[in-house]
Amino acid sequence: MTTMDARSMGTSVRRIEGPDKVTGTATYAGDSVADGTLVLHPVQAGVARGEITAIDTAAAQALPGVVAVLTHRDAPTLGDTGDPEHRVLQGTTIHHRGQYVAAVLAEHAEVAAEAARLVVVTVDENPSTTGFDPDAQAYTPSALANGQPPDSGVGDPDAALAAAPVVVRASYATPMEHHNPMEPHTTTATWVDGRIEVFEATQGVESSRQTLATLFDAEVVVHASHVGGGFGSKGLHAGTVLAVLAARTVPGRPVRFALGRRQMFETVGYRPATVQHMALGASRDGRLEVVTHDVVGATARYKEFVEPAGGSTRSMYAAPHRRTSHRAVPLDLDGPTYMRGPGEAPGSFGLECAMDELAVALDLDPIDLRVRNEPEVHPENGLPFSSRGLVECLHAGAERFGWSSWDRTPRRRLVDGWWHGVGVGCGTFPTLRFPGSAAEITFTGGRYVVAIGAADIGQGARTVLTQIAADALGVDVGSITVEIGSTQVPVGSIAGGSAGTASWGSTVVEAADRFRDKYGENPDDGDHADAATPDNPWAGEYAMAAYCAQFAEVAVHADTGEIRVPRLLGMFGVGRILNPTLGRSQLQGGMVWGLSMALHEESVVDPRFGEVINHDFAGYHVASNADVRVVEAEWIDEDDPYINPMGAKGIGEIGIVGVSAAIANAAYHATGVRVRSLPITCDDFLTSGLL
Amino acid sequence: MSTTIPLTITVDGEPRDLDVDPRTTLLDALRDRLGVTSTKKGCDHGQCGACTVLLDGRRVLACLTLAVAKDGADVVTANGLATDGELHPVTEAFLANDAYQCGYCTPGQICSAVGAIDEARQGMPSAVTSDLTGEVTLDRTEIAERMSGNLCRCAAYVNIVSAVEEASRA
Ligand code: FES
Ligand code: FES
Repeated sequence: MTTMDARSMGTSVRRIEGPDKVTGTATYAGDSVADGTLVLHPVQAGVARGEITAIDTAAAQALPGVVAVLTHRDAPTLGDTGDPEHRVLQGTTIHHRGQYVAAVLAEHAEVAAEAARLVVVTVDENPSTTGFDPDAQAYTPSALANGQPPDSGVGDPDAALAAAPVVVRASYATPMEHHNPMEPHTTTATWVDGRIEVFEATQGVESSRQTLATLFDAEVVVHASHVGGGFGSKGLHAGTVLAVLAARTVPGRPVRFALGRRQMFETVGYRPATVQHMALGASRDGRLEVVTHDVVGATARYKEFVEPAGGSTRSMYAAPHRRTSHRAVPLDLDGPTYMRGPGEAPGSFGLECAMDELAVALDLDPIDLRVRNEPEVHPENGLPFSSRGLVECLHAGAERFGWSSWDRTPRRRLVDGWWHGVGVGCGTFPTLRFPGSAAEITFTGGRYVVAIGAADIGQGARTVLTQIAADALGVDVGSITVEIGSTQVPVGSIAGGSAGTASWGSTVVEAADRFRDKYGENPDDGDHADAATPDNPWAGEYAMAAYCAQFAEVAVHADTGEIRVPRLLGMFGVGRILNPTLGRSQLQGGMVWGLSMALHEESVVDPRFGEVINHDFAGYHVASNADVRVVEAEWIDEDDPYINPMGAKGIGEIGIVGVSAAIANAAYHATGVRVRSLPITCDDFLTSGLL
Repeated sequence: MSTTIPLTITVDGEPRDLDVDPRTTLLDALRDRLGVTSTKKGCDHGQCGACTVLLDGRRVLACLTLAVAKDGADVVTANGLATDGELHPVTEAFLANDAYQCGYCTPGQICSAVGAIDEARQGMPSAVTSDLTGEVTLDRTEIAERMSGNLCRCAAYVNIVSAVEEASRA
């Protein structure tokens, strides 16, 4: 078993669509503006739960420039996708504040917005619960969002905790967070002769096509040549359904619905809040006897999504006794969804902070503690690891970061009024391959055209698929044209789960092998071959995942408690990096997400109204340029022949994992103040009495 | 129909006539009325910078600018920065430094960077400038500060700063 030879893979080919992006000529879903495009503005529920008793649209309809007003009264019955979020305008029940209850279609945006304000919706309000209380009545979900069982266990963890010489018990909290890609969700839809054509901001054209085809029982074509970020939020949400419902009323005319930033906090999902109860028991020499990770998380009452926050604890460290559990508290909010590093990002905050607390309790270097508990095989299912770079990442990262030059005692370094400290946090993310893609390679005009319905959401799919195809065919990248981002090319699985490149790439390699088998080195014009995603023969034989060790230096102002992160270093074990420049950009981006999660991000729900009150960029701070100082992403050499022919592990999520713990641990090292709730803010230090 | 007002603005070197609702922002006028989609809408609230254009040479947020107030103005988007088919040095530096991922914030970042470099050349201080009367040196801290009105959720910040640094020395 070997990985394929690399000529272009591993080199920094520039982004193929770069010239279009830097001039703004790359077209996103809202840029395909044809003449006569109508603009949609939604009317949204003002309560969290209730029944609509009346809708008065007369004033809106009378406004010049209004083309149509849609309500549940005239909406067709939609097909069932099994997702309650897709049942748009299907009845009178309100499940969450911000739910679409009507919509206006008008010639221009100003008129549509004004008309939407004139629609009067009368509602019988029902009592609701929208504030997350981790001590509230919780239930055991049948499965976590990633399909894994909610609970897992080995041995007798409670007895082991009672017997362990050193025990750390602590609870950690992560808040609700919103993805906020810079491009708001946008749909431009046209309905002609029973066929729907949609330009869509989506992470998967084929999954969007399938959903719309089921809902509307029609032929559907979806295009997404460029997508302005997704981070998990760009599945198919209610807004797309609303736009297509509207397009149905004006056959032949394009309808555009671009969400406003505030709607991004109401209708396209979020990372749900968690509280994680951790307990670690160890021998005095730092060997874990027991790890337990019990998670209580928020979900939506009308749409279940349970964040798998304890998932990575199942594989991170060896311990003979172990337990993870997940309980869900239902709220009358819109549905949570996957957000960069789902499960692992919040879960690593709990586990990796607890590991740091254990290192302190044992008076052991936190790196040594982790190295001592490196498992030989997957600690729950016993599978060998296809490759596991955690220890090497810890050592290489520590070396590069200058870890050993820091005294481990907290509150030792005060420089110009700032307490400085360093911390480490580790992480993992599964290496997956999604089935169901197809790739076609055609030789035409002296070039190889490689077609697969992949999505480029900023990760660089167009570019790395070109490199993979070039190496698989044994030609230069200049002879390859990759066609992606449409359902008019063979199907592609979603850009998500850090599995996009692995899934599409494996499929392209298979098609390239068939092409060469059929036509050899000198094909004729028009020769073509295709292939479906091959199964990975090693799938049940090895545990496959990416690993990282994240290092942070933190400075906390001695008087104000202001916290800054002057330096982050991430060391990654992710197999072969297909394009160092693009890979580094993506990993650094993930790390900045970790910084942003650690210090800035929190969606605050007003429990009286069920509304996120900080619903814009003034209230919901995402890391800005000045928040980011030195951020370095590096990787170890890792050859993994079992994961896919390219030997590449997905890198979309692993960048964020472990960062918030590294920062919290560094803040403890800097100040002696242990913060167990994100985001970490000035008041955590000011109220500690320690500054 | 509501009242509309005629005006002319020059966009990327071309005079364009249009009739707008007085509520129409410059951003919507460019994108929806003139089909100039180089400039993006990220928030419509003046909070993200995606809509940044150069208006009479200065960087402004098109979403906070009413089109009717800008009759006769000269607007340059990221697509209008090239001269004689040569990419602008800032544009070139963004390509060379991989200072973008999804590309959605990028036209705004580039217009903002052109404006920021110009402001620094004119000696305008920022919140992190220590000497308010001397010349401004665009080091990484200055650049990060001056570019903080442009959010990038892909978080290409490290590379954006490198690109602006490189372009400012050109
Ligand atoms: S769209 Fe203008 S600042 Fe965000
Ligand atoms: S490149 Fe995606 S938001 Fe900046």
